[in-house]
Amino acid sequence: MRHDHLISAKQLSRGDIEGVLDRAAEIAADPGAFAEAHPDTLLGLLFFEPSTRTKMSFGAAMKRLGGGTIDMGSVDSSSVQKGESLADTVRVIEGYADALVLRHPSEGSAKLASEFVDVPVINAGDGAGQHPTQTLLDLHTIRENAGLDDLTIGIVGDLKYGRTVHSLAHALTNFGATQHFISPESLRLPRGVRYDLREAGAEVREHADIEAVVDRLDVLYVTRIQRERFPDENEYRQVAGEYRVDVDLLESAAPGLTVMHPLPRVDEIAPEVDETDHATYFEQAHNGVPVRMALLDQIL
Amino acid sequence: MTDTELRVSKIESGTVIDHIAGGQALNVLAILGIDGTSGEEVSVGMNVPSDRLGRKDIVKVEGRELSQDEVDVLSLIAPAATINIVREFEVADKRRVTRPDTVGGVLSCPNANCITTESEPVDSRFDVLEEGVRCAYCGTIVRESIASYIGTA
Repeated sequence: MRHDHLISAKQLSRGDIEGVLDRAAEIAADPGAFAEAHPDTLLGLLFFEPSTRTKMSFGAAMKRLGGGTIDMGSVDSSSVQKGESLADTVRVIEGYADALVLRHPSEGSAKLASEFVDVPVINAGDGAGQHPTQTLLDLHTIRENAGLDDLTIGIVGDLKYGRTVHSLAHALTNFGATQHFISPESLRLPRGVRYDLREAGAEVREHADIEAVVDRLDVLYVTRIQRERFPDENEYRQVAGEYRVDVDLLESAAPGLTVMHPLPRVDEIAPEVDETDHATYFEQAHNGVPVRMALLDQIL
Repeated sequence: MTDTELRVSKIESGTVIDHIAGGQALNVLAILGIDGTSGEEVSVGMNVPSDRLGRKDIVKVEGRELSQDEVDVLSLIAPAATINIVREFEVADKRRVTRPDTVGGVLSCPNANCITTESEPVDSRFDVLEEGVRCAYCGTIVRESIASYIGTA
């Protein structure tokens, strides 16, 4: 892969994805071999929204490649608080760093940022838009546990506001996966994502109940209802707690079902599931480091 | 020259936009950024009888020849429009609107969470689809009531 910026999973071909995943597997097998791969490289972290996994794993990845990070810090402690535009912010910080990792609450923010700087911009989540690096680690986890060929996956929860869903669903079209989308009526895939999936030749299979499909899945990808993106709290309450994956539900699943979640979870997956062989979400989170190391290694 | 066309006066030089769907003339002016403040002499005929459209609107702009790029954006709301460039009371050039690949700075994104709706130094930009338009930043697709998003970009 050689992209100036990584803004959307739609940029990624099957070859691009496999290139990153192959490198991630090499790194995971022998991380020490890459410890000096990018000395003196500085990664700029611009997180306008809270983050635990994405921010920390990017930081860890850069450091494990021999480089370092500079962090804008919280929005409250930056010039954003004084009304600085995103365009100005990124133009300033590109002078300090070799690449920028951006998380921002507005859709299209990463694309906008990429138009104002010459260093690579990596989209670490733009509102309810895209989250392509989460997709890469999701695909790595799927490949390690279920395989990417002949995959049947169920994606459940907040398909409207869930940016990890939007990116993953599109990336999976590269592998011809059979995708089932399970959500309340009000949280179905947005029109733009449906359009892209159909343009990519994918069929959009939609369901209201997990039970309708769980027995035929290789992977169940569970997502949190994105409370912070609802314009109206009442709308959130109407769908909160709609789905809960527990051991009772999993009794009807295939023994080899892989249960994933981009985390954080609220109550979508019962803690009792953590102790089953299905639970893969902590491994998934840990995969963020080798996958982001692989991505940075290719972009920088 | 038909009776219908005589309802708005002939122009000496400029642009006549004909065969606009009835009721869309003011949106055509909005999409072209013509609001009268820059002094153009503009004549508008609305809902006049038309063999082809039943009812049509006509816009005549005196003293200004619109470029192809300017008129192509009209394809979003007036795909049947014809453009006559007039010089010395004669039609010097007759064109149709063609669908552009993108339109910039004309429509505002209906997604309130799109970065283009914030105080950033960019114009909105939409890719033109077979059916509707799509925000080049947030990916929102607009198919219905495109005219209602004109002029607030």
